[in-house]
Amino acid sequence: MPLAPDLAGREFPPTPPFDVSRSQIAAFADAIGADDPLHRDPEAAKAAGHPDVIAPPTFPIVVAFQAMTAFMADRDVGIELRNVVHSDQRFEVDRPIRAGDVLTAVISVESVRQAAGTALVSTRSRIRTVDGEAVCTAYATLAHRAPEAAS
Amino acid sequence: MTALDPGATLGPSRYPVRRSDLVRYAGASGDFNPIHWSDRVARSVGLPGVIAHGMFTMALAARALDTWAGGPGRVRELGCKFTKPVVVPDDEDGVTVLVAGTVKDVTEDGVQVALEVTCGDDKVLGQPKAVLARG
Repeated sequence: MPLAPDLAGREFPPTPPFDVSRSQIAAFADAIGADDPLHRDPEAAKAAGHPDVIAPPTFPIVVAFQAMTAFMADRDVGIELRNVVHSDQRFEVDRPIRAGDVLTAVISVESVRQAAGTALVSTRSRIRTVDGEAVCTAYATLAHRAPEAAS
Repeated sequence: MTALDPGATLGPSRYPVRRSDLVRYAGASGDFNPIHWSDRVARSVGLPGVIAHGMFTMALAARALDTWAGGPGRVRELGCKFTKPVVVPDDEDGVTVLVAGTVKDVTEDGVQVALEVTCGDDKVLGQPKAVLARG
Protein backbone atom coordinates (compact mmCIF):
# COMPACT_ATOMS: atom_id res chain seq x y z
CA MET A 1 0.00 0.00 0.00
CA PRO A 2 1.52 3.35 -0.94
CA LEU A 3 1.79 5.89 1.83
CA ALA A 4 -0.92 8.50 2.10
CA PRO A 5 0.05 11.39 -0.18
CA ASP A 6 -0.92 13.96 2.44
CA LEU A 7 1.31 12.44 5.13
CA ALA A 8 3.88 15.27 5.04
CA GLY A 9 2.93 18.03 7.41
CA ARG A 10 0.61 15.91 9.54
CA GLU A 11 0.84 16.03 13.31
CA PHE A 12 -0.44 13.18 15.45
CA PRO A 13 -2.04 13.31 18.91
CA PRO A 14 0.22 13.25 21.99
CA THR A 15 1.20 9.79 23.24
CA PRO A 16 -0.33 8.69 26.55
CA PRO A 17 1.60 9.87 29.64
CA PHE A 18 4.75 7.80 30.11
CA ASP A 19 5.99 7.46 33.72
CA VAL A 20 9.76 7.25 33.92
CA SER A 21 10.85 5.07 36.85
CA ARG A 22 14.23 4.53 38.47
CA SER A 23 14.09 0.84 37.65
CA GLN A 24 13.35 1.57 34.00
CA ILE A 25 16.33 3.90 33.74
CA ALA A 26 18.52 1.27 35.42
CA ALA A 27 17.24 -1.41 33.03
CA PHE A 28 18.01 0.76 30.00
CA ALA A 29 21.48 1.57 31.37
CA ASP A 30 22.07 -2.15 32.01
CA ALA A 31 21.01 -2.99 28.44
CA ILE A 32 23.64 -0.67 26.94
CA GLY A 33 26.28 -1.45 29.57
CA ALA A 34 26.34 2.08 31.04
CA ASP A 35 27.52 1.54 34.61
CA ASP A 36 27.63 5.11 35.94
CA PRO A 37 25.99 5.56 39.38
CA LEU A 38 24.02 8.59 38.11
CA HIS A 39 21.76 6.05 36.32
CA ARG A 40 21.10 4.08 39.53
CA ASP A 41 21.88 5.91 42.74
CA PRO A 42 19.57 8.85 43.62
CA GLU A 43 22.08 10.22 46.14
CA ALA A 44 24.87 10.23 43.55
CA ALA A 45 22.53 11.97 41.10
CA LYS A 46 21.62 14.61 43.70
CA ALA A 47 25.28 15.18 44.50
CA ALA A 48 25.79 15.88 40.78
CA GLY A 49 22.94 18.44 40.79
CA HIS A 50 20.09 16.31 39.43
CA PRO A 51 16.78 15.88 41.29
CA ASP A 52 16.87 12.10 40.71
CA VAL A 53 18.67 9.46 38.65
CA ILE A 54 19.14 10.47 35.01
CA ALA A 55 18.73 8.40 31.88
CA PRO A 56 21.41 7.76 29.23
CA PRO A 57 21.37 10.18 26.26
CA THR A 58 19.42 7.94 23.85
CA PHE A 59 16.68 7.02 26.36
CA PRO A 60 14.29 9.57 24.77
CA ILE A 61 13.95 7.06 21.89
CA VAL A 62 11.78 4.94 24.19
CA VAL A 63 9.15 7.69 24.26
CA ALA A 64 9.74 8.70 20.64
CA PHE A 65 9.43 5.06 19.56
CA GLN A 66 5.98 4.88 21.13
CA ALA A 67 5.00 7.91 19.07
CA MET A 68 6.50 6.33 15.93
CA THR A 69 4.73 3.03 16.58
CA ALA A 70 1.36 4.73 17.04
CA PHE A 71 1.95 6.78 13.91
CA MET A 72 2.88 3.70 11.83
CA ALA A 73 -0.16 1.83 13.12
CA ASP A 74 -2.51 4.70 12.21
CA ARG A 75 -5.01 3.27 9.74
CA ASP A 76 -4.32 6.11 7.31
CA VAL A 77 -0.59 5.37 7.42
CA GLY A 78 -0.36 1.59 7.54
CA ILE A 79 3.38 0.96 7.89
CA GLU A 80 4.46 -2.44 9.13
CA LEU A 81 7.45 -2.28 11.46
CA ARG A 82 9.35 -5.12 9.77
CA ASN A 83 9.35 -3.17 6.49
CA VAL A 84 10.98 -0.18 8.15
CA VAL A 85 14.65 0.58 8.51
CA HIS A 86 15.79 3.41 10.74
CA SER A 87 17.70 5.70 8.40
CA ASP A 88 18.89 8.47 10.69
CA GLN A 89 18.35 9.85 14.18
CA ARG A 90 19.16 13.08 15.96
CA PHE A 91 18.42 14.33 19.45
CA GLU A 92 18.32 17.91 20.64
CA VAL A 93 18.39 17.71 24.40
CA ASP A 94 16.88 20.33 26.68
CA ARG A 95 17.76 18.38 29.81
CA PRO A 96 18.40 14.74 30.75
CA ILE A 97 15.31 12.63 31.35
CA ARG A 98 15.08 11.67 35.03
CA ALA A 99 13.10 9.35 37.25
CA GLY A 100 9.75 10.88 38.13
CA ASP A 101 9.27 12.53 34.74
CA VAL A 102 5.87 11.99 33.15
CA LEU A 103 6.39 12.46 29.42
CA THR A 104 4.38 12.69 26.24
CA ALA A 105 5.56 12.94 22.66
CA VAL A 106 3.92 14.68 19.73
CA ILE A 107 5.12 13.31 16.40
CA SER A 108 4.82 15.17 13.14
CA VAL A 109 5.89 14.24 9.62
CA GLU A 110 8.30 16.79 8.22
CA SER A 111 8.71 15.31 4.75
CA VAL A 112 8.19 12.21 2.62
CA ARG A 113 10.62 11.45 -0.21
CA GLN A 114 10.39 8.54 -2.64
CA ALA A 115 13.56 6.80 -3.85
CA ALA A 116 13.72 3.47 -5.72
CA GLY A 117 10.68 1.83 -4.14
CA THR A 118 11.50 3.22 -0.72
CA ALA A 119 9.69 6.03 1.05
CA LEU A 120 11.89 8.13 3.34
CA VAL A 121 9.65 9.52 6.07
CA SER A 122 11.25 12.25 8.19
CA THR A 123 9.64 12.73 11.57
CA ARG A 124 10.03 15.03 14.54
CA SER A 125 8.91 14.01 18.02
CA ARG A 126 8.70 16.75 20.61
CA ILE A 127 9.00 15.23 24.06
CA ARG A 128 7.68 17.24 26.99
CA THR A 129 6.61 16.65 30.54
CA VAL A 130 2.87 16.66 31.08
CA ASP A 131 3.45 20.05 32.72
CA GLY A 132 4.75 21.36 29.40
CA GLU A 133 8.49 21.46 30.11
CA ALA A 134 10.52 20.69 26.97
CA VAL A 135 12.85 17.74 27.52
CA CYS A 136 14.04 16.63 24.10
CA THR A 137 13.27 16.80 20.41
CA ALA A 138 13.96 13.58 18.52
CA TYR A 139 14.29 13.63 14.73
CA ALA A 140 14.06 10.30 12.92
CA THR A 141 13.98 9.29 9.28
CA LEU A 142 12.29 5.96 8.61
CA ALA A 143 12.92 4.14 5.32
CA HIS A 144 9.80 2.21 4.40
CA ARG A 145 10.01 -0.40 1.71
CA ALA A 146 6.59 -1.44 0.50
CA PRO A 147 6.26 -5.27 0.67
CA GLU A 148 5.50 -5.62 -3.05
CA ALA A 149 8.76 -3.80 -3.81
CA ALA A 150 10.79 -6.10 -1.59
CA SER A 151 13.12 -8.54 -3.35
CA MET B 1 38.10 12.21 32.55
CA THR B 2 39.56 13.12 29.18
CA ALA B 3 40.49 16.74 28.49
CA LEU B 4 37.98 17.99 25.94
CA ASP B 5 40.22 20.50 24.18
CA PRO B 6 40.10 21.18 20.44
CA GLY B 7 41.97 18.47 18.57
CA ALA B 8 41.81 15.96 21.42
CA THR B 9 41.31 12.38 20.31
CA LEU B 10 38.92 10.28 22.38
CA GLY B 11 38.88 6.51 22.70
CA PRO B 12 38.54 4.20 20.94
CA SER B 13 36.17 2.45 23.29
CA ARG B 14 35.40 -1.17 22.42
CA TYR B 15 32.00 -2.71 23.03
CA PRO B 16 31.00 -6.33 22.37
CA VAL B 17 27.57 -6.89 20.80
CA ARG B 18 25.97 -10.31 21.13
CA ARG B 19 22.50 -11.63 20.35
CA SER B 20 21.69 -11.59 24.05
CA ASP B 21 22.51 -7.85 24.14
CA LEU B 22 19.97 -7.24 21.39
CA VAL B 23 17.28 -9.18 23.21
CA ARG B 24 17.98 -7.24 26.38
CA TYR B 25 17.95 -3.94 24.49
CA ALA B 26 14.65 -4.87 22.82
CA GLY B 27 13.11 -5.35 26.25
CA ALA B 28 14.56 -2.16 27.73
CA SER B 29 13.67 0.01 24.74
CA GLY B 30 10.35 -1.51 23.67
CA ASP B 31 11.61 -2.02 20.10
CA PHE B 32 10.64 -5.62 19.31
CA ASN B 33 11.14 -5.39 15.55
CA PRO B 34 11.84 -9.06 14.65
CA ILE B 35 14.73 -8.13 12.33
CA HIS B 36 16.69 -7.69 15.58
CA TRP B 37 16.10 -11.22 16.87
CA SER B 38 14.80 -13.47 14.10
CA ASP B 39 17.10 -14.58 11.25
CA ARG B 40 14.03 -15.82 9.39
CA VAL B 41 12.37 -12.41 9.39
CA ALA B 42 15.65 -10.53 8.82
CA ARG B 43 16.36 -12.63 5.69
CA SER B 44 12.79 -12.27 4.47
CA VAL B 45 13.34 -8.51 4.20
CA GLY B 46 16.65 -8.87 2.41
CA LEU B 47 19.11 -8.60 5.32
CA PRO B 48 21.99 -11.09 5.69
CA GLY B 49 20.75 -12.01 9.17
CA VAL B 50 19.81 -10.44 12.49
CA ILE B 51 21.13 -6.88 12.78
CA ALA B 52 21.60 -4.72 15.86
CA HIS B 53 19.08 -1.98 16.49
CA GLY B 54 20.58 1.18 15.01
CA MET B 55 19.61 2.77 18.30
CA PHE B 56 21.65 0.19 20.20
CA THR B 57 24.77 1.16 18.24
CA MET B 58 23.94 4.83 18.78
CA ALA B 59 23.51 4.14 22.50
CA LEU B 60 27.06 2.73 22.56
CA ALA B 61 28.31 5.93 20.94
CA ALA B 62 26.46 7.91 23.64
CA ARG B 63 27.93 5.67 26.33
CA ALA B 64 31.43 6.49 25.05
CA LEU B 65 30.61 10.21 25.08
CA ASP B 66 29.36 10.05 28.66
CA THR B 67 32.52 8.21 29.68
CA TRP B 68 34.82 10.72 27.96
CA ALA B 69 32.82 13.61 29.46
CA GLY B 70 33.45 12.31 32.97
CA GLY B 71 29.87 11.17 33.54
CA PRO B 72 26.35 11.38 32.12
CA GLY B 73 24.30 14.54 31.71
CA ARG B 74 26.38 16.63 29.31
CA VAL B 75 25.15 15.46 25.88
CA ARG B 76 23.18 18.33 24.30
CA GLU B 77 22.99 17.04 20.73
CA LEU B 78 23.62 13.67 19.18
CA GLY B 79 22.97 12.60 15.62
CA CYS B 80 23.94 10.05 12.99
CA LYS B 81 22.84 8.14 9.94
CA PHE B 82 22.56 4.38 10.04
CA THR B 83 24.68 3.57 7.03
CA LYS B 84 25.72 -0.07 7.41
CA PRO B 85 23.93 -2.72 9.46
CA VAL B 86 25.78 -4.34 12.37
CA VAL B 87 25.15 -8.01 11.60
CA VAL B 88 25.26 -10.00 14.84
CA PRO B 89 25.89 -13.75 14.48
CA ASP B 90 24.17 -16.30 16.68
CA ASP B 91 27.29 -17.31 18.61
CA GLU B 92 28.96 -16.60 21.95
CA ASP B 93 31.36 -13.91 20.73
CA GLY B 94 29.15 -11.69 18.62
CA VAL B 95 30.92 -8.69 17.10
CA THR B 96 32.79 -5.66 18.45
CA VAL B 97 31.80 -2.04 17.90
CA LEU B 98 34.52 0.60 18.24
CA VAL B 99 33.72 4.21 19.10
CA ALA B 100 36.36 6.92 18.63
CA GLY B 101 36.03 10.68 18.69
CA THR B 102 37.77 13.95 17.93
CA VAL B 103 37.04 17.29 19.55
CA LYS B 104 36.46 19.57 16.57
CA ASP B 105 35.88 22.81 18.39
CA VAL B 106 34.87 24.31 21.70
CA THR B 107 32.39 27.16 21.29
CA GLU B 108 29.78 29.03 23.31
CA ASP B 109 27.38 26.22 22.34
CA GLY B 110 29.59 23.52 23.76
CA VAL B 111 32.15 20.91 22.84
CA GLN B 112 31.70 19.76 19.24
CA VAL B 113 32.70 16.12 18.84
CA ALA B 114 33.00 14.15 15.59
CA LEU B 115 32.71 10.41 16.10
CA GLU B 116 33.78 7.35 14.17
CA VAL B 117 31.85 4.19 14.89
CA THR B 118 33.08 1.03 13.24
CA CYS B 119 32.47 -2.71 13.22
CA GLY B 120 35.23 -4.63 11.46
CA ASP B 121 36.11 -2.61 8.36
CA ASP B 122 32.73 -0.87 8.17
CA LYS B 123 31.78 2.58 9.36
CA VAL B 124 28.37 1.61 10.69
CA LEU B 125 27.19 5.13 11.57
CA GLY B 126 27.30 7.97 9.07
CA GLN B 127 28.47 11.41 10.20
CA PRO B 128 27.99 10.66 13.89
CA LYS B 129 28.51 13.82 15.90
CA ALA B 130 27.62 15.34 19.22
CA VAL B 131 27.65 18.52 21.23
CA LEU B 132 28.52 18.31 24.93
CA ALA B 133 27.88 20.98 27.50
CA ARG B 134 31.12 22.68 28.50
CA GLY B 135 32.54 21.39 31.73
